[in-house]
Amino acid sequence: MSEELFPEPEWLSEEVKTGTTIIAVTFDGGVVLGSDSRVSAGEAVVNRVMNKLSPLHDKIYCALSGSAADAQTIAEIVNYQLDVHSIEVEDDPLVCSAATLVKNISYKYKEELSAHLIVAGWDKKKGGQVYATLSGLLTSQPFAIGGSGSFYINGFVDAEYRKNMTKRECQEFVVNALTLAMGRDGSSGGVAYVVTIDKDGAEEKCVLGNELPKFFDQ
Amino acid sequence: RQRTRPQLLRAENTMLNTSTKTPTGGFSFENTRRNAVLEANLSEKGYSAPNARKTGTTIAGLIFKDGVILGADTRATDDMVVADKNCMKIHYIAPKIYCCGAGVAADAEVTTQMMSSNVELHSLSTGRPPLVAMVTRQLKQMLFRYQGHIGSSLIVGGVDVNGPQLYSVYPHGSYDKLPFLTMGSGAASAVSVFEDRYKPNMELEEAKQLVRDAITAGIFCDLGSGSNVDLCVITEKTVDYLRGYDQPVQKGLREGTYRYKPGTTAVLTKTVTPLPLDVVDESVQVMDTE
Repeated sequence: MSEELFPEPEWLSEEVKTGTTIIAVTFDGGVVLGSDSRVSAGEAVVNRVMNKLSPLHDKIYCALSGSAADAQTIAEIVNYQLDVHSIEVEDDPLVCSAATLVKNISYKYKEELSAHLIVAGWDKKKGGQVYATLSGLLTSQPFAIGGSGSFYINGFVDAEYRKNMTKRECQEFVVNALTLAMGRDGSSGGVAYVVTIDKDGAEEKCVLGNELPKFFDQ
Repeated sequence: RQRTRPQLLRAENTMLNTSTKTPTGGFSFENTRRNAVLEANLSEKGYSAPNARKTGTTIAGLIFKDGVILGADTRATDDMVVADKNCMKIHYIAPKIYCCGAGVAADAEVTTQMMSSNVELHSLSTGRPPLVAMVTRQLKQMLFRYQGHIGSSLIVGGVDVNGPQLYSVYPHGSYDKLPFLTMGSGAASAVSVFEDRYKPNMELEEAKQLVRDAITAGIFCDLGSGSNVDLCVITEKTVDYLRGYDQPVQKGLREGTYRYKPGTTAVLTKTVTPLPLDVVDESVQVMDTE
């Protein structure tokens, strides 16, 4: 009468986490966001092509990390709240407004939620901006990284980031950072999604696994 | 996280149509301490509290050229014993939307029934046929509200004005939208078949065969799945619920027989004792049939 004869795989009851690498970088005139595509439940990968860059508005995106359910729910609620807000002010919302809405939820339900969203976008008041909202703080930064894979690239981004990069250089920087993190973090992998936002709108791109840059890898 | 109830979704529901009541909060855990004491008392005497019956399942779905195919095995287990050899795991939600359920059997069953009635109300209120995305959203909002304590993993598939779509919803409330999906204890076996042979825009017969093979892989390689393969083919024009589409496991034929010929055992003596019965009391009760 042992349970081991027919053990249910643990990942069935484990919470689904995005175990991620996310990154957002500003350049003059916009922002570039990037994410990997792996969603894990325990040790199993349940979705290998998930796009973690979720639109909050036309020119404002957020990058999801942490618990998949919590992150998706926050993004959905803020998307709705921003829609209402933009109708009320009769204009496109500011990136700061979107980030504040995310921060309000993250802070109020700090104990219950375990998700970290990076909000980035373009508005006509301040141009391209990146906000980190970890645990309910709100800070505007030239670039931000998040997720389990970000620990492996802290040194890389600190060393390689330069002010006044062009759009092209930013995209390369994001793809390189993602590739290095996916190479070292077991919970990140799959393909790389890159979104570039400027005054003309948002452009989504998917870089497949074999198109990622190659680094020293024996 | 067990004790608190996030009320994040209330604001969102107030602006939308009110044909379905706005729900509040999740489970109340006030009695957990009392239950723990009771269970400790029970186990002292050698008994244990009953466990929720799980479906121990293999469910799968894929999108082909003309629509969606959902597949499931038909075994329901109660720990080590097969409780139901032919249960239905593909549930009706709307005329062109069906849902496969895995996890705790009761949760999957009741969740899909609640969704089905909510979807009917919503679609009467909007005056339009329901969208698969709407079903998924209501499901995931409800599961998020209960913070994973409702143990049902579901695959929702159907055809609506936006074409064929397939979503998976996990007990904690996250969802994925993909061209092929598997869930349940046999998911690992089934997804390996899909990863090998799936192609976009397959023809009907090839797609049915692929789903059947994936579920069969789950039936053979997972102890919690078994019996038959059920398929549900949903296209824009028709829905084909193929119950018992395939029976990969046939019951074995008995080679011999345990019957003994009459006369095998010799009768030595035979005694007959009649029991006389007397009528003691007789009463008539008239039934009112007006």
